[in-house]
Amino acid sequence: MSKLSFFLGCIAPNRYPGIEVATVKTLEKLGIELVDLKGASCCPAPGVFRSFDKITWLALASRNVTLSEEMGLDILTVCNGCFGSLVDANNIMKEDPGLKEEVNKILKEIGHEFKGTIEVRHIIEYLSQEVGPEKIKAAVTIPMGLNVALHYGCHLVKPSKERHLGSVENPRFFDELVEATGATSVDYEDKMACCGAGGGARTAVLDTSLQMVVNKLEHMKAAGVDCIIDACPFCHLQFDVGQTEVKKKFDKVYDIPVVHYSQLLGLAMGLPLSELGIDQNLIVNEEFNKKIERIRGGANE
Amino acid sequence: MSDIIKTSDFDMEFRDEVFKEPDADKITLCFNCTGCTSGCPMAEQEPEYNIRKFLRMANLGMKDALLNSPYLWYCTTCYKCQERCPQGVKNVDTLLKIRTIAIDNGIMLDNHRKVSQLVIKFGHAVPINDDAKEKRKDVGLDDTPPTVHKFEDALGEVQKLIKITGFDELVADKEETS
Repeated sequence: MSKLSFFLGCIAPNRYPGIEVATVKTLEKLGIELVDLKGASCCPAPGVFRSFDKITWLALASRNVTLSEEMGLDILTVCNGCFGSLVDANNIMKEDPGLKEEVNKILKEIGHEFKGTIEVRHIIEYLSQEVGPEKIKAAVTIPMGLNVALHYGCHLVKPSKERHLGSVENPRFFDELVEATGATSVDYEDKMACCGAGGGARTAVLDTSLQMVVNKLEHMKAAGVDCIIDACPFCHLQFDVGQTEVKKKFDKVYDIPVVHYSQLLGLAMGLPLSELGIDQNLIVNEEFNKKIERIRGGANE
Repeated sequence: MSDIIKTSDFDMEFRDEVFKEPDADKITLCFNCTGCTSGCPMAEQEPEYNIRKFLRMANLGMKDALLNSPYLWYCTTCYKCQERCPQGVKNVDTLLKIRTIAIDNGIMLDNHRKVSQLVIKFGHAVPINDDAKEKRKDVGLDDTPPTVHKFEDALGEVQKLIKITGFDELVADKEETS
């Protein structure tokens, strides 16, 4: 059984805990054990922290990495923002002796030392590279006949020089994982576009940030999808909370359900709906719920 | 009619400061193809946000105009421009460096300050609340996640780290001066 530490971040455990449950339970079914990364903090949020003070960003991210180094485990994240922050920090610390020394002086004061012994993984690239769509397909008990709008998000694949995951304009690896659950990844205009939340933009300029999510939602709606599939709780929040905000601010209604890949996998593996937390979203679409019920038959609880 | 750029506005020390970021000096290689801005999803919404122009301004040392532009904070760091640049300019990484210089010069949005203060207080930019605790219990989890929220010592480490780097003072509420 493979073993990794589970870096929760902020938004999954503190806003969408269904993602946390779905991740632990679906990965267990695939033979992957996740261990709590006790005492981890915010990654910290790259948009604000990298814009403010590089050393504080690097030191806080490195502290999170050292917690997992001390357990001798690679880190698993379920968030593109956390992935970006932790991978970039891990790479800088491994490659820049000057910054490593400076940050280690700070970490020493709180009883840690960055050694550079582990890797940081994201659930999607990990499943794609270490498990593969065929094994996931074999673990699926209820093929989910859904048409979905897949949103990769930016920091899963970019900057490509740090991520090494192939094409950033037309990637396929996430689509393959979605299709392994029996769902169809529907093509839609500007599929790789940003949700608008990152870089501190949602915090700084909400209305403009929401205009970007409206663009995405319009294209998804035009493609006639059942739901959005994402791999980042911050994109997830931008799509879910964002739909309620654009309704109030711009009088635009979409009602497109928002589902993290771990939750889609949970649906396809027959996990109880009550544990997946999809109904805890702000956007609840009855038509979608009925479709899930029809597909899953007796598996709902 | 375009504004006239005065050479007296050029601050080469500012440019040197920007160039301390690894590979930020690649902005000198820009030949204005506009691949960055034409693909930028934020520029589509707000044309005043122009990453190419911002990096040209940095290269010319136009410190005041650049640091005081409200559009400096519009980038979502999607990295599309950086991926597409034929000259290998580190658009996003360089913009983030420019933002840190703005912060050092006391230019900071209130909302960003508040998010930073949440991390200092709770160790999370998006901390737990009562509603989230109920949601956690409803999906069968402990109401408090095993992060700094559960371990006081760990939160103490984060707060000590932030004191050492001086980040707490950097984002402290400003005394109102008239």
